[in-house]
Amino acid sequence: MPLPHPRRFPHGLGKGSCYTPEFRASPSPTEWERGSGGEGRTRLRYAGLSALGHLRICDFTGQLAGAGATRFLAAFGAQIIRVEDPTNQGRWDILRGSPPFKDERRGINLGGAFNNHNAGKLGVTLNLRTEEGRALLRRLVAVSDAVTENFAAGVFARLGFGYEALRAIRPDIVYVSNCGFGQDGPYRSFKTWGPSVQAVSGLTFSSGLPGREPAGWGYSYMDHTGAYYMAIALLAALYHRDLTGEGQWVDLATTEAALTLAGPALLDYTVNQRPLRREGMPSSNRSQHPRMAPHGIFPGLHADTWVAIACRDDTDWHAAAATIDEAWARDERFATLAGRLSSEDELEGRLSGWTRASRPAETAATLQAAGVPAAEVATPLQRIDEDPDTNAWGLWPVATHTEMGDVRVDGLPVHLSESDWSITRGAPCLGEHNAQVYGELLGVSSAEQARLHEAGVI
Amino acid sequence: MSGPLSGLRGLELASERSAFAGKLLTGLGAEVVLVEPPAGDRTRTYEPFLADEQGPGRSLYFWHYNTGKQGLTLDLDTERGREIFRQLASTADFLLESEPPGRLAALGLDYADLQPLNGRLVMISVTPFGRTGPRAGEAATDLTILAAGGPAWMCGYDDHSLPPVRGGGNQGYQTASHFAVMSALVALLHRNRSGAGQHVDVNMHAAANVTTEAGSYTWLVSQEIVQRQAGRHAATSPTMPTTVRCADGRLVNTTVPPRTPAQFRVAYEWLESLGVAGQFESAGVLRNAFADESMNVFLAGEDPHIRTKMVAGRRALELIASRLPAYEFFTGAQERGFQVAIVYAPEEAFEDPHFQARGFPVDVYHADLGRSFRYPGAPIRFGATAWEHPSAAPLPGEHTAELLARLGVGEAELRQLRAEGVV
Repeated sequence: MPLPHPRRFPHGLGKGSCYTPEFRASPSPTEWERGSGGEGRTRLRYAGLSALGHLRICDFTGQLAGAGATRFLAAFGAQIIRVEDPTNQGRWDILRGSPPFKDERRGINLGGAFNNHNAGKLGVTLNLRTEEGRALLRRLVAVSDAVTENFAAGVFARLGFGYEALRAIRPDIVYVSNCGFGQDGPYRSFKTWGPSVQAVSGLTFSSGLPGREPAGWGYSYMDHTGAYYMAIALLAALYHRDLTGEGQWVDLATTEAALTLAGPALLDYTVNQRPLRREGMPSSNRSQHPRMAPHGIFPGLHADTWVAIACRDDTDWHAAAATIDEAWARDERFATLAGRLSSEDELEGRLSGWTRASRPAETAATLQAAGVPAAEVATPLQRIDEDPDTNAWGLWPVATHTEMGDVRVDGLPVHLSESDWSITRGAPCLGEHNAQVYGELLGVSSAEQARLHEAGVI
Repeated sequence: MSGPLSGLRGLELASERSAFAGKLLTGLGAEVVLVEPPAGDRTRTYEPFLADEQGPGRSLYFWHYNTGKQGLTLDLDTERGREIFRQLASTADFLLESEPPGRLAALGLDYADLQPLNGRLVMISVTPFGRTGPRAGEAATDLTILAAGGPAWMCGYDDHSLPPVRGGGNQGYQTASHFAVMSALVALLHRNRSGAGQHVDVNMHAAANVTTEAGSYTWLVSQEIVQRQAGRHAATSPTMPTTVRCADGRLVNTTVPPRTPAQFRVAYEWLESLGVAGQFESAGVLRNAFADESMNVFLAGEDPHIRTKMVAGRRALELIASRLPAYEFFTGAQERGFQVAIVYAPEEAFEDPHFQARGFPVDVYHADLGRSFRYPGAPIRFGATAWEHPSAAPLPGEHTAELLARLGVGEAELRQLRAEGVV
């Protein structure tokens, strides 16, 4: 039986229940706040009604695979209290204090990636190897809606905070644990980074040019994506708790999340017994599902400049051929998809000859004018500083960090019409919000905080 | 057990761009009605096909992306079709769509039209460049999104005369779908307090842009451009390869190298146990490294001695990997605390004992074929709720009669709607 929710739904409202004003999180909001969706997308939103302003998360996540999840909730107003270990200066998260740096300064609070992945969170230090530290955590859990971590499987339980312990502190707690291989199974003790999750799940193998080793991914795609699944898990469990009062433990194995991303190739194997490890694979610049041709990345006028072109069907190809306006493009063999596929190497060679004569941006614009999907392979400079879409969207908000100052960070690729996100604050310095959290939230006196600091507890 | 969103009902206008979001929402327990044109969604013609034969209900692409959904065909270009759609939307919790910007407004079915009928509706639009931006009119596919949005610049080979690589598997579409689900959940949580729905505008190009890790933040923080290299992170200066070919020809990725004295010791002892420590040119460096308790790996960028030790640690793992079959290296290294990984093709991961033991592959029954097929299962394991066991993707219009009956459409009217091509 679900537990009745003690705070927000005292009348036991069920799923699909209607709004009643007394359950509003902030009953007397007085302040309008300018959300920073960014230039051009700046919009007013009611500070008291930010989408997640009523939520508090006791957050042990780090790196990107975990930190990226609670970052998303922070942007919608959730209070994220990131808990770090003072004995190693929070360096369990290898991004803390690591490059890139904004200027010549170095230090534990100055890591650029850490700032990006932890924008908008509060930061406290807490040593869980001490009994006083564990007692403080119990008090923090008691006033939190959820606990999140991406330690190796079992680590948090060994510190004394497995799900049963958390539930004893707060019966409706939502606890999301995130690790590479999950909490059970033969590899539960194995540890992962983004590239290892990608390797094990087939994502690395799936990416590359024929006849070569896989190119894989030039970044931790699965750290981002693991964080997205963690955010989905957390938000869905909080939704369930909202309506039923029931908390739960969620086990996220990022390798399993990654395996759901290979669907059509997996079904080709389970249904047709056709493995992806076969002659000519991987070949990910071409399109297997669905078949398209031409479909690839072609050279531009200057070295290492490229344009991506995808002809979805014969209509696209005929439009492209008219734009190209050279004899080879009118070749009857290329008139149908079957013909283009059977002469794909030749077609791509011809097309490369054409794209090499122009700058990629011009090629893309010419094809786009004919309705054909095409885009320059954008460098970070191009897509961040020069792209009209990302700038109009407000995709790179400026966050203010206490020591680093103003730094642009990743924004969110969504806009909500009524309760949009806002990113204005950078990541916390180590222990930056100890006084706010231990003092104002938990009622620990200044003198007691000083003693706990001295004793190495906070 | 049912999913955390059980009780929620949604509509999805069929599109390859947002199909994955709809599938994830069914896994979370929501009831999702897939609305296709009477001719069927375009992706029903996408390879691969069951036994390589094209036909209705035979696209494995469609199967994968549409598990758990109910199928309704509806021609939104007819007034009656739009009327039925409005009726459905008036009681739906969410509408997921990926129509070209402007099309729904022209049909009178945009958020502004539906909101007065249903103030609780959460409408999620997934489009290549957002609903209103300066590039909103551009044609796009997964490839062009990943090219324009940054991922392609970072993927490929050390040899830059080779083109950058699009990561495989429609990840541009899937990344946008992840954000669609995340933000739909935010809107639903907000609705629990405000009572009101809202419109969610998801920009696929922007989603790719903020899913590029160091590519973006290296520019944002220090205005440097990362360069692609095979099998490892694009970086501002070249880094050591991490992909190693094992004794059986299979590949492994050594990821983050040994970095603590204890790990250097374990690596050295493993070399010794394989009888190759004598051949290892950096054996001395490794022995010094495991004796040096004061080493701070975080200074590796500034201290060449530390860097030398870390290079030796990586070289030790490479030598070991070259002497063992890949699976043995993967499990042996992990058991010793090294976070290495085997490079599997997707089907090899599917057959791996770990995922089998966790019950990741699931059987999905196809009633029309009278048999089950194995699918990827739950990406998330909820303790108290469930990840819904998938039902097979709907046949074209499979649930049309049942869904319209809920709206009071009787058999006679249904026959007429079919005759008129409305459903």
